Amino acid sequence: MIHQFKLNGYNIVLDVFSGSVHAVDEVAYDIISMYKNKSKEEIIKAIQSKYSDISTSDIEECLGDIKELENNGKLFTEDIYADLAFDFKKKNTVIKALCLHIAHTCNLNCEYCFASQGKYHGERALMSLEVGKRAIDFLIENSGKRRNLEVDFFGGEPLMNFDVVKGIVKYARSIEKKHNKNFRFTLTTNGVLVDDDVIDFANKECHNVVLSLDGRKEVHDRLRKTINGKGSYDTIVPKFQHFVKRRGNKGYYVRGTFTHNNVDFTNDIFHMADLGFTELSMEPVVCAPDDPYALTEEDLPVLFEQYEILAKDMIRREKEGKPITFYHYMIDLTGGPCIYKRISGCGSGCEYFAVTPWGDLYPCHQFVGDESYLMGDIWKGIVNKEKQDEFKLCNAYARPECEDCWAKLFCSGGCAANAYHATGSINGIYEYGCKLFRKRMECAIMMQVDKSLNK
Amino acid sequence: MKRIQTIETRDLKKSTVEGGCGECQTSCQSACKTSCGVANQQCEKCLNEE
Repeated sequence: MIHQFKLNGYNIVLDVFSGSVHAVDEVAYDIISMYKNKSKEEIIKAIQSKYSDISTSDIEECLGDIKELENNGKLFTEDIYADLAFDFKKKNTVIKALCLHIAHTCNLNCEYCFASQGKYHGERALMSLEVGKRAIDFLIENSGKRRNLEVDFFGGEPLMNFDVVKGIVKYARSIEKKHNKNFRFTLTTNGVLVDDDVIDFANKECHNVVLSLDGRKEVHDRLRKTINGKGSYDTIVPKFQHFVKRRGNKGYYVRGTFTHNNVDFTNDIFHMADLGFTELSMEPVVCAPDDPYALTEEDLPVLFEQYEILAKDMIRREKEGKPITFYHYMIDLTGGPCIYKRISGCGSGCEYFAVTPWGDLYPCHQFVGDESYLMGDIWKGIVNKEKQDEFKLCNAYARPECEDCWAKLFCSGGCAANAYHATGSINGIYEYGCKLFRKRMECAIMMQVDKSLNK
Repeated sequence: MKRIQTIETRDLKKSTVEGGCGECQTSCQSACKTSCGVANQQCEKCLNEE
């Protein structure tokens, strides 16, 4: 399978199953589009009727080049991965990442929160240190030979239970060498409680921090409000700036959510850049279609254009020596994931679980609170084997809708939680998300082409 | 090639042999939390080789 697209003056051909990317001229672009369904004579005739100055031998030379790429496994490569996808996930029984719900409570009251103001449709709760330590033991016990183990402190707002965060890290660090493990901690925070103590701790211990900011003040304050209904922008922005300044070269993301209220979300990304942040992420809101801020079909062309504006502006910034990173455009064509990662996906319900404040296990943070997806707990382990098997079979080849999709090796069939919320099945697809995802991948590939050709 | 420039990429078919160590980051542990994008994850082996 190939995917052809034109963007920012480039004609791009992606060979889906080898991962090869080709930048071609108009003539080659047209020849490649006809290569598999037209005869040589038909191609020559079609090209010469469109381009008056192309000789037959010129077209034959291009056909020869295409044939050479095909023979070398760089074009029209066959799909050999379907069986691998099911076998690999079935055999993989280790757990390597946990999302710890440190606090099912929040000091903000964001309207669009999928966790329903941190409570996940349940009671307010804080994780105890005892539960946190047991979660670390559970992860080590189930991680087999995997060395790098990931723990995300999530909520609600994890800093509302900061002492327990510190206690869990201290405990994990005290036993990681003995077990030949390397813990990588991530802290996701709304910023309200960030202070020097938090910054010192995070800069010493956290591999990554995710700082929630939606962009421009009026956009951020519209949905990210305090319990008293006041906007939180003025409180958190100086704290995040101080945090990032002191973070040095360690990883962070300033991460926002855009909604129907700010379909011109690139202005929010540029605002983040103006505030001095360079590592940026902006996600489309996922919510019920009747929510007032839900993205609509009419928004789609605007959003596509926004993604293009962003990609082109990032190229400009890079050339000016002031680059910014956008999470979804970070693809590394040479050092990116292997095919196993690409077909098996995020690992939810298999190698990645969310842990509630009281130690229950769910396939990921987005399933927490949905009792039908309760998988077990950190003492007894995974007991809902039937559900686990469903997740093991959920991969890039599990959905008929993905069969002809060129992007499936970039998304592994998409987010199981989004699919479930959109269709009632983790093996469904969230079509709206797919459309945005494909656009983002075209932009990301185009940026790599630009980088490569303008070295 | 006159009309085609091939960008250097990782050969996915080759990675059926050399890949699958599972040491790379879980995608939702980075920044998204609401979508599944695996393509932007770094290969841990490739990182170590660098």
